[in-house]
Amino acid sequence: MSSSSISTATPLLAVNSVSKRFGDKEVLRSLSLDIFSGEFLTLLGESGSGKTTLLRLIAGFEQPTAGEIWMSGLRLDSLPPYRRRVNTVFQHYALFPHLNVSENVSYGLRANGAPKNEIFSRVADALKMVRMEEFALAKPMRLSGGQQQRVALARALINRPELLLLDEPLSALDANLRKEMQTELKSLQREVGITFLFVTHDQEEAMALSDRIALLRDGALEQVATPREIYAHPATAYCAQFIGQTNLLRGSISSGIAESGSLTFSCTGPSGPAVFSLRPESILLAANASAIVDPVRFRGTIRQQIYSGASELLDVQSSSGLHLRVRVPACGALSGEHEFVFSASDAICVKESL
Amino acid sequence: MSDSATRLLTRPKNNRAPLLALYSALVFAFVYLPIVVLVLYSFNRDGVGGFPPHHFTFNWYRQLFADSSIWDSMLNSLIVAAGAVGLSLTLGLLAALALDRADFPGKGIFRRLVLLPLILPGIITGLSLLMFVVFAGLQLSLVTVFLGHGTALISVATTEIFAGLQKIDRRQEEASLDLGATPWHTFWRVTLPNLKLSLVAAGLLIFTLSMDEIAVTFFLIGRDNTLPLEIWGRLRRGITPEINAISTLILLVSILLITIWYRLRTRSEAH
Amino acid sequence: MYSKTYKFLVSLPPILWVALFLLVPYGLMLVHSLWAVQNGVIVHRWNLQNYLELLKNSVYLEVLFRTMRIAAGVTLLSLLLGYPLAYYLSFHAGPRKELLYQLVIVPLWVSYLVRGYAWKTILGSDGVLNGFLQYLHITHAPVGFLLYSPFAVVLMLTHIYTPFVFLPIYASLEHIPRPLVEASHDLGGTPRATFFRVILPLSMPGLLAGATFAFVLSLGDFLAPLLVGGPSGTMIANIVQSLFGAAYDWPLGAAISVCILCLTIGLLFLAEILEKRWSFE
Repeated sequence: MSSSSISTATPLLAVNSVSKRFGDKEVLRSLSLDIFSGEFLTLLGESGSGKTTLLRLIAGFEQPTAGEIWMSGLRLDSLPPYRRRVNTVFQHYALFPHLNVSENVSYGLRANGAPKNEIFSRVADALKMVRMEEFALAKPMRLSGGQQQRVALARALINRPELLLLDEPLSALDANLRKEMQTELKSLQREVGITFLFVTHDQEEAMALSDRIALLRDGALEQVATPREIYAHPATAYCAQFIGQTNLLRGSISSGIAESGSLTFSCTGPSGPAVFSLRPESILLAANASAIVDPVRFRGTIRQQIYSGASELLDVQSSSGLHLRVRVPACGALSGEHEFVFSASDAICVKESL
Repeated sequence: MSDSATRLLTRPKNNRAPLLALYSALVFAFVYLPIVVLVLYSFNRDGVGGFPPHHFTFNWYRQLFADSSIWDSMLNSLIVAAGAVGLSLTLGLLAALALDRADFPGKGIFRRLVLLPLILPGIITGLSLLMFVVFAGLQLSLVTVFLGHGTALISVATTEIFAGLQKIDRRQEEASLDLGATPWHTFWRVTLPNLKLSLVAAGLLIFTLSMDEIAVTFFLIGRDNTLPLEIWGRLRRGITPEINAISTLILLVSILLITIWYRLRTRSEAH
Repeated sequence: MYSKTYKFLVSLPPILWVALFLLVPYGLMLVHSLWAVQNGVIVHRWNLQNYLELLKNSVYLEVLFRTMRIAAGVTLLSLLLGYPLAYYLSFHAGPRKELLYQLVIVPLWVSYLVRGYAWKTILGSDGVLNGFLQYLHITHAPVGFLLYSPFAVVLMLTHIYTPFVFLPIYASLEHIPRPLVEASHDLGGTPRATFFRVILPLSMPGLLAGATFAFVLSLGDFLAPLLVGGPSGTMIANIVQSLFGAAYDWPLGAAISVCILCLTIGLLFLAEILEKRWSFE
């Protein structure tokens, strides 16, 4: 994945210590985030995390209670939505039911007084880009979910915004269509080169699509990093659990030795209480493991085994009472006690919370 | 509370539209002012007219209470209204059921005919029924008024009950039939209780409309007056603040009734 | 799910009632319009004289056109008052929306007669408005044209029908999904452009329903002219009413009524067709 199209000099959009309060509920807490031109950034989080609110603040449908938003060196949050070079793809598409597809797509151009012949050719191009040319005169209510979504995309992109906001656009589609649209979206973004700010609660989707992920929790940023970075080096226990699966081991470190339950291993971390994230696939059956750096061994009984085609998820109870999940390549039914091993460097020390 | 709910309940500062608010306030004033004036002057010693009102008095109300023909006509109105409620609700219920569940040739015409009196000027409904009454050799009386109200107000009942029918979960009726109850039994035990709110709301509406009905009543009235016709007769003879008094009382009762109606309506929507 | 017997039993009574008390009366009205009056008695002589009379005698056409002008005026004014009110409540009133809505409904239930009477007392030469104007020294003598004029009729009927027009418009405005408004803003539509391109078109069904209601009912109103209209404010329904009263010519009155009925049905059909074209669900 090349990131040469992403400019990392000055950010395109800068969110500076933005807070948002509804009544007595604080939905965003002094949040700061930079978005760079050309990147596909995902705001990931559970419902209530504030991700949609942040999106709406950038779109202009809400005003921040505190803080500022800047885009391309100009103050953005003082502009009404119809003057921002930002466009949105809404969760349920929000296509105008009384206009046909062409009229929907050309809406932004017409509202800004573009000349007729220019509108005509740009609409044709936009529809071609999302492969909806033959539906130019159809009314939105005759289209399927996936088709409506493509029209919504065209309607937003035709205006050549500096930033495109996508509010969980795939959540209303069924699983197969969703996977298909994910690929389409990704290649579309690459092709068009416009910065995408994507909101979702689905971490798999975020991992698949994003150049960077911003994980939100209760109105604050838990971590902002590339998918690989977040997965391999989660900042907090929440990150480790939200993205992918993990085992959380609680223990302490003293003088470079970590202790958790009956497990002891070397660890470079400050002394004191600590939490470790250990991914299930980092743990191997000792019988199948060849040379491992800094091995940590333990014995455990397999309580449950869930087969999922290429791998098995084992529910293991260690002799000292630790409850761990282990993912191994498919190996047939297992039972009883086995010896397990993992590398000490795979036990990542994470913060309990921010 | 979810994000979207909190968002809906707080109105952002840049959404106030002050000019529009002022205009709306003026419209409100236009709609309410005559009513306020009416109530005020019912307490005015010097009667209606002139400005400002002075000398607060209950005189007109005293005069009103001593006026027997007003109370006679009110009794007549109550009787007719009660009858109209019964007739309209029964036929309206059947018509709503028919529109919802039955198919027959001419159903479209039937539907339009049932709903026609809602929008047809009262004079047409009144006159056509007058010709019918004469043709059938009936005497003009409270009975003919009752027939007129019933016919005109079936549309109200049908509309209200039909809306209520749409909100019923069909599966309740299916479950009842599935468990062995007869359609008749299902109707009494499942359908009707679900329609309770609609029926009461429709009944209140019909009662209020019947009490206030003039246009149709005008042509079907015999010797006994209904309240609106009695007031109308006096108006033709001149203005007296006694009418302000009775109007104020009618207003209070109307407000009470429509508050109840509205509460019922919103309660049924919350289900 | 419903047996044939059920459907039959449920449909029969209302169909019978509609046939007996709606169809037959309208039929009788039509029949009467084709008869005549001779020496103060209705004669069953079939003819089209009544309709010819309506076309020939300019008085009837004059009053009809005045009535249509009044009805159009009422409709227009009610829309001008009711639409912005509905728009304000739906889009700008915030949490007070419910309460304000109830406040708009209340006058609907105040008796028609009561409201007409109120205007009579306000607009008269000795009335409240004149008293008020003189109290403030804006005028020094009663203003005559306020009462007993087409103006008074339009004023009174507008007062009656503004809440009626408000209701369906409010309903269709509420029906517009708010994301559509946001989408329009997002794409560069100013609030004004959003109103004309999105909100107004989508509120057309409600607007049409309210306008039809106000127009048709104003057209056939005879009470308002009797209360506040005076001789210059006479409407077509007054002529009908007197033909069934003192002027005793039922056939002619029936003929006019048939015309009003046909006009109403025609307008309703038109409204239905337009509504189908403009509804987008």
